[in-house]
Amino acid sequence: MTPLATPFLPLEGNAPPTFGVGSFDSRPLFPSAAWTHGDTAHYAWTDIWVTNHILQAVIGAALVIGFWLWVSHNMKIVPGRKQYVGEYLYDMLRNTVARDILGHDYKTYLPYIVSIFSFVLINNLFGQFFLFMFPTFSKIGFAWGLALLTWLLYNGAGIKKWGLFSYLKRMTVPAGVPVALLPLIIPLEILSNFIVRPITLGLRLFANLFAGHLVVLVFVLGGTYLMFVSEPIINKVAGGAAMILAFAIFALELLVAVLQAYIFTVLTAQYVSSAIAEEH
Amino acid sequence: MTLLEMSGSLNMVGYGLATIGPGVGVAMIFSAVINGTARQPEARSSLLSTAWIGFAVVEALAIIGIALAFVLTGTLTK
Repeated sequence: MTPLATPFLPLEGNAPPTFGVGSFDSRPLFPSAAWTHGDTAHYAWTDIWVTNHILQAVIGAALVIGFWLWVSHNMKIVPGRKQYVGEYLYDMLRNTVARDILGHDYKTYLPYIVSIFSFVLINNLFGQFFLFMFPTFSKIGFAWGLALLTWLLYNGAGIKKWGLFSYLKRMTVPAGVPVALLPLIIPLEILSNFIVRPITLGLRLFANLFAGHLVVLVFVLGGTYLMFVSEPIINKVAGGAAMILAFAIFALELLVAVLQAYIFTVLTAQYVSSAIAEEH
Repeated sequence: MTLLEMSGSLNMVGYGLATIGPGVGVAMIFSAVINGTARQPEARSSLLSTAWIGFAVVEALAIIGIALAFVLTGTLTK
């Protein structure tokens, strides 16, 4: 058995691998000695909250803040190259997402839309980027965090505009529904507007990135295994083909990364728009 | 004699079947966009922005499917 085979073998009490399927496990940056008390193991808070994936998300946030500060710094009437790129990206989000969906008072929500798009996009691109090679949102906790932010935003926007009870009435009682149908419609609307929306928003982002990263792992690790570990020559050929196909999968993942960032942003705008719409 | 022994969860087969519906749905959405664009090319951008929202809603079914495939780990026993 070659040394390359070791990552594919069942572990024998060693530390889990930090690549392959093991890349989904967060590793503490400053591991402390876990101590046991009775049957439960206790960890320091740094083991749970200061991990490589948290660091990755923080770097993503810092890059987003840095990028927008950089392109908006020292702006001129005749834009230079740097300002042109920034204005192009900003205008794209402003015109095709915010203004088209949110209507005339889109400017209130524009900062949130621009920052959520940049943050999701850069974290998705980390899946293809060396140093990280892991899309942050294939850990579901990050996706829940963003979904919760959007949930708070659209409910907050609706409550601020209409007041609590008027907003709840607008969201749960559609106009023009016969009274006899209301006992059926109201629970459905509550389920759809307050529960299914944030859940699918978070799950969609998570599942796309998770499945994408898993497919990449299958092709790359499976290809490596077939080429270097298994014996028959036909397997080695198949392994080489899998490694080449992995590039196509990476290209697909680039598309998915941009698409999911766009869809998350569009749906956020859509939910806010439905919460503050005059009539629906 | 055991001819072929497989292990794993049948959930994944179920999830594969469950993707047929959203797959057909997404195909219908984008075929409608292509039709609409062919008939009226200048309406492409407004068609597409609606299509992405429709795509997200239909895709939610597949997403719920993959979540349930991982969550519901009931075992089939003889």
